[in-house]
Amino acid sequence: MTDQAVAREVGRSRLRKEDARLITGQTNWTDNIQVTGLLQLAVLRSPMAHARIGRVDVSPALDRPGVVAAFSGADLADGLGSLPCAWPVTEDIVLPGHPPIAVDEVRHAGDPVAVVVARDRYLAADALEAIEVDYEPLPPVLDLEAALADDAPLVHADKGTNRSYVWPLATGESFAAVRERAEVTVKRRYHQQRLIPNAMEPRAVVVTPLAASGEYTVYSATQIPHILRIMLATVTGVPEHKLRVIAPDVGGGFGSKLQVYGEEAIALAVARRLGRPVKWTESRSEGYLATHHGRGMIQDVEVAATREGRLLGLKVDLIADMGAYLMLVTPGIPILGAFMYPGIYKMDAYEFTCTGVFTTRTPTDAYRGAGRPEATFAIERIMDELAAELGLDPVELRRRNWIRHEEFPYTTIAGLTYDSGDYEAATDKALALFGYDGLRAEQRERNARGDTVRLGIGVSTFTEMCGLAPSRVLRDLRYGAGGWEAASIRMLPTGKVEVVTGTSPHGQGHETCWSQIAADVLGVPFEDVEVVHGDTRSAPQGMDTYGSRSLAVGGEAVHRAATRVVDKARKVAAHLLEASEQDLDFTDGVFSVKGSPEARRTIQEIAFETFSSHDLPDGMEPTINAEYLVDPENFSYPHGTHLCAVEVDTETGMARIRSYVCVDDVGRVVNPMIVEGQVHGGLAQGIAQALYEEAVYDDEGNLVSGTMTDYLVPSAVDLPDFVTDRTETPAASNALGVKGVGEAGTIASTPAVVNAVVDALRPFGVLDVRMPCTPERIWQAVRSAAAGKEAAA
Amino acid sequence: MTHIKVNVDGTVYEDDVEPRLLLAHYLRDRLGLTGTPIGCDTSNCGACTVDLDGATVKSCSVLAVQADGSEVTTVQGLARNGELTALQRAFHELHALQCGYCTPGMIMAARDLLRENPRPGPDEVRHALEGNLCRCTGYQNIVRAVLAASGQDTARSGQETAQEVRA
Repeated sequence: MTDQAVAREVGRSRLRKEDARLITGQTNWTDNIQVTGLLQLAVLRSPMAHARIGRVDVSPALDRPGVVAAFSGADLADGLGSLPCAWPVTEDIVLPGHPPIAVDEVRHAGDPVAVVVARDRYLAADALEAIEVDYEPLPPVLDLEAALADDAPLVHADKGTNRSYVWPLATGESFAAVRERAEVTVKRRYHQQRLIPNAMEPRAVVVTPLAASGEYTVYSATQIPHILRIMLATVTGVPEHKLRVIAPDVGGGFGSKLQVYGEEAIALAVARRLGRPVKWTESRSEGYLATHHGRGMIQDVEVAATREGRLLGLKVDLIADMGAYLMLVTPGIPILGAFMYPGIYKMDAYEFTCTGVFTTRTPTDAYRGAGRPEATFAIERIMDELAAELGLDPVELRRRNWIRHEEFPYTTIAGLTYDSGDYEAATDKALALFGYDGLRAEQRERNARGDTVRLGIGVSTFTEMCGLAPSRVLRDLRYGAGGWEAASIRMLPTGKVEVVTGTSPHGQGHETCWSQIAADVLGVPFEDVEVVHGDTRSAPQGMDTYGSRSLAVGGEAVHRAATRVVDKARKVAAHLLEASEQDLDFTDGVFSVKGSPEARRTIQEIAFETFSSHDLPDGMEPTINAEYLVDPENFSYPHGTHLCAVEVDTETGMARIRSYVCVDDVGRVVNPMIVEGQVHGGLAQGIAQALYEEAVYDDEGNLVSGTMTDYLVPSAVDLPDFVTDRTETPAASNALGVKGVGEAGTIASTPAVVNAVVDALRPFGVLDVRMPCTPERIWQAVRSAAAGKEAAA
Repeated sequence: MTHIKVNVDGTVYEDDVEPRLLLAHYLRDRLGLTGTPIGCDTSNCGACTVDLDGATVKSCSVLAVQADGSEVTTVQGLARNGELTALQRAFHELHALQCGYCTPGMIMAARDLLRENPRPGPDEVRHALEGNLCRCTGYQNIVRAVLAASGQDTARSGQETAQEVRA
């Protein structure tokens, strides 16, 4: 690889290319798409958590005005296979079929039962009411532990169990052995509540058929157009090469659009059957039932340590709620966390087990962080509990156990090799920004005088693994695909540049950042670069956007493809300048002969010379375009230190964030403005889990928090200002030195906030507050701790 | 069907509509003005916020027939001859949007605030935008953008009292 030219673009807060269309309303959301003859599809959903389907009669719907067709699950079963699960985490996993539209049985409230196709969305909604369905209720399965009992009612009766899989990991010494010699052990149970991702754009899909040739274009609000194309071919039988999938402007995803959804397959099947274009757009409340949820776990965590506070071992037992079916990567989400429970700490023993359990609830799957927030929460929460047990400052306990900067690269007890990091630097910077010592002094003073509003301080020193790779490791994890990413660069005759990427942005700003990377390597103006993405015809190769992979893998691919372009252009330049390649300098897009700078050609001139091909080196293929597929050698490991101060009113139970400081290390930064924005948004979602959000079900399996009125997505008044800063330790595993940033804020912030809440209440004897830490729960925690103290006295 | 006549972003439209047709769907599906998106079905998210005769409304909560004889301004009617408004520029310059789905509603709600209160404090901005949800930005840059559009310092965006309202 050639060295990169002096960075003029990378590291600069370039304003985003994406914004112009978004601030003027010239957007192309999937629901905006109108084509001649478009029909609207609407889905009838199960009102019950679990029932056998008797008779489904769609014929009354056909009599309604404007209705073109109506189908039951049985009607469509012929052209629809099971929705895919691409991550069967164990060999003996129980992997039930998942019909896109239920045929015999519904297994969660919101499971599709029938569809109507009508001339507009109002008529389609009207006609749903006419469909008659007989349900024979079956018992709901809701409690994760009860579901594992021998006599528990079953979600999938034919499977004979609600246990989908048991996935163990044990490394180092046995936990029992280190427990034996430990002077202190702490054991806790934490609950990861279910969350609803809430991308602001609801899901939507439009399918336009070209019946004569059997070709279909699928527009979908998806994060994964490339994966979706492969999977829709498998599910519907439409050959892959006859399918084109386009992700137009996509309004957020956070993992919820990393999915192959029933509605996408149904819309394709219906468009195929009718030979007419079809659109489906979910309503928000419908999405709460039909778009996958996140988190949903019980975590039993135990640490063993010495009296001096050296960690000896960690044991984690998870029970993870799969929901009713295994969707694209459902079973793998907790496993992604399995390697992160040890966090940034050194220890001698680690044991982990995850049991995946079926319930009659909406399936779970990736939600921002996906397994890693849960892991980070558990270790960072229990580190605070251990610190309290040992009478140590929680920051000091972390210092005694973390990997020191001179120890990198470091292979953790979980078997990951962290390539780089400097936890000391990030922590020192964060403590200074936060005013840690001053806040601790204030806390002592207020505790001493019995202030009814208590100050709590929470810390989270996190790391995470992102940019899933290399592909061989993914094979070992039984993940169904590779971890590579593709980029190609087209040098256009007029000197403009197209960067074709396999990533599929939905708010991240890839058009801007990839332009910066390519402009630097090629030495062309930022404005001369256009980024092409999200369409399997124009950007045919890709593994899409999830897991904070896009920059570390896709951005790296852009960098390397551009470097290849320069290498090819150098041959042409050497030929035209009658010099050897070694005698050429390449700076700011200009090839010049060493010692005679007047002999020069810009790379944009070379692009035209190559287009005309009138005078190329003998035998040279007439192109300087280049492609690169990167299969990274390792994950990237962002880290950071997050500090949160909360004011907790012990009389009302209200917790208010007073200050939030984070210092993140995401490696080399391409665009600081965008990085800061990613951190802000990540923090918002992590704080929301700590304080506000929960998908609540009643005893019958109905989603009680079923609308945006009942599920508290925080607004501007619910969130504080954040103080964000960075340290910059380049990643060693890619040439750009970059790590991921999209999930870091979410992963780090939840334990920082809950640690702060518990820290405020620790003088009352409170050891935990279950998330979300609502005023009611905090108030109850204070009251029951006080009652416990009285009873003990 | 009811006959309505509505001026949207400077153009007068006459249509026969069902009385139940929401203004949001009228704008999007009938007029093709898809710059105004829909984010929920309970009027919580505010993505569909437009200006109706000088007051902001959530267009998912207004019937098209209620807009008969009215003037509607959407995000698509803000920039004149390609000249962005101060709010649009500030959202761009301060990175107040990521996916951009909430942005039209955010800008319309902020525009309404600045009309009534040309120099709001950061907390006033937060309160004014309480009915508009954003899932990407954490709001900090949105608040800064609104302050910038009103010609104010953007260093503070209202941390001290941000959460007290709900309490």
